[in-house]
Amino acid sequence: MTDTLSDTARPAAPSGGWRSARVEEVAHPTPRSVVLRLDVHDRIDHLPGQHYVVRLTADDGYTASRSYSVASAPSDPLVELWIERLDDGEVSTFLADVVEPGDALEVRGPIGGWFVWDGTTPAVGVGGGSGAVPLLAMARHAVAIDRPDLLRLAVAARTLADLPFPDELAAAGAVVALSRDRRGGRPAGRLTSAELGALVTPGAITYVCGSAAFAEFASQLLVELGCPSADVRVERFGPSG
Amino acid sequence: MAGPTRGFLGRARKADLRLPPGQYDIGPDFPVLTAEVTPRIAPDRWSIAVDGLVATPTAWTWDEAHRLPASVYEGDIHCVTTWSKLGTSFGGVSVDTLLDAAGPMPQASFVMARSSTGYTTNLPLADVIGGKAWIVWTHEGHPLPTDHGGPVRMIVPHLYFWKSAKWISRLTLLDHDEPGFWERNGYHDRGDPWLQQRYQGD
Ligand SMILES: Cc1cc2nc3c(=O)[nH]c(=O)nc-3n(C[C@H](O)[C@H](O)[C@H](O)COP(=O)(O)OP(=O)(O)OC[C@H]3O[C@@H](n4cnc5c(N)ncnc54)[C@H](O)[C@@H]3O)c2cc1C
Repeated sequence: MTDTLSDTARPAAPSGGWRSARVEEVAHPTPRSVVLRLDVHDRIDHLPGQHYVVRLTADDGYTASRSYSVASAPSDPLVELWIERLDDGEVSTFLADVVEPGDALEVRGPIGGWFVWDGTTPAVGVGGGSGAVPLLAMARHAVAIDRPDLLRLAVAARTLADLPFPDELAAAGAVVALSRDRRGGRPAGRLTSAELGALVTPGAITYVCGSAAFAEFASQLLVELGCPSADVRVERFGPSG
Repeated sequence: MAGPTRGFLGRARKADLRLPPGQYDIGPDFPVLTAEVTPRIAPDRWSIAVDGLVATPTAWTWDEAHRLPASVYEGDIHCVTTWSKLGTSFGGVSVDTLLDAAGPMPQASFVMARSSTGYTTNLPLADVIGGKAWIVWTHEGHPLPTDHGGPVRMIVPHLYFWKSAKWISRLTLLDHDEPGFWERNGYHDRGDPWLQQRYQGD
């Protein structure tokens, strides 16, 4: 029985309603990703780990909404999203191919009170592919509040191009495990138990984020390494996996 | 609310009356979205209890639950992350059968569903009686997979699917509403997909 999951108080994490956001910057770090920097009107600052919902509306009133984790630190005046472009994805292709600076987007956030790090306690972040986005927010926040010592990271993907801001993650000390490519002295291969084991910190909350398959793989590995389930928080990016 | 988003056409769509507003048909997939480590629970160690404001607090083991009258749900399920799975099925026992055995007291008006992981979700009692909720161990004729809540989960298919607690272990009847896990973390207390009750305040 975990205590954290069954705590009864509503947590203090901030939460915001629907807002209009203006797209300030659009960048394509790789052909399969887009970075949107949004000026959210009347914004409520997030905590690292929280996400926004983006809602698109067609002329006939049809809507499509998807969740996107915030990549930026709370101290950033803009809200930054990093979105992987899925070839047949309805919302990610629109955000990657159509959105331009000056566009208005309807967003709701910040959302989430569980997968949240406030920068006061030791934390381990384990992210797969786009699941590294909330960890990036944590890393940037750790730098902003000058507490990089509290955070230890591991990220995994097929290639470097499948990770958000890989250089920044590496600079934050993240273990970078690429399954398709050799990187530095590390041969191609999925994240290993030894790599994760070196990060496990007694008393820390471990944040696991990525596709359902990655989250399952990493969280089971952590439990095998002796991490109490109660200290592992999982965010599964849907829907595929 | 705001008007159309510049340039957004959206995926080709045909009106499907089974889809609540803002939902899309995910087809044969069945995504997994949970906030905790998937627990491995052997069926012979699983049990479910009904307690709180009931005349006879009662618990059933795996074998005992399987001896209760079987009940199947056939229909649709709706996840708050906007996918719906249409025309699926789950088999187990109706929550009515468990509640009838335990005997809710007159003042019981809410239920807290609890998983062996500590996950909780709150429901009005009215949403789990009258053939609206099940405790299930099969999905489309096969044993319920662990990542979908196996060996046994609850389903309350007329509400968003986070109300359908995986790895269900306990139903506690209360005379007041208390927020469960996602409900404390920003999600709606009732979660009716037809009213788009996704987040607190909807
Ligand atoms: C809390 C949370 C945070 C997230 N954060 C991020 C993030 O920071 N960055 C990020 O990139 N993603 C993130 N995601 C995932 C994101 O929300 C979307 O799921 C993702 O962008 C895909 O959306 P889409 O509309 O492009 O694809 P969808 O249109 O939803 O399709 C996804 C897949 O499902 C299939 N599919 C679904 N419906 C149909 C259909 N009707 N017809 C055909 N195929 C279909 C497609 O094959 C496609 O590959 C997050 C998810 C969650 C839950």
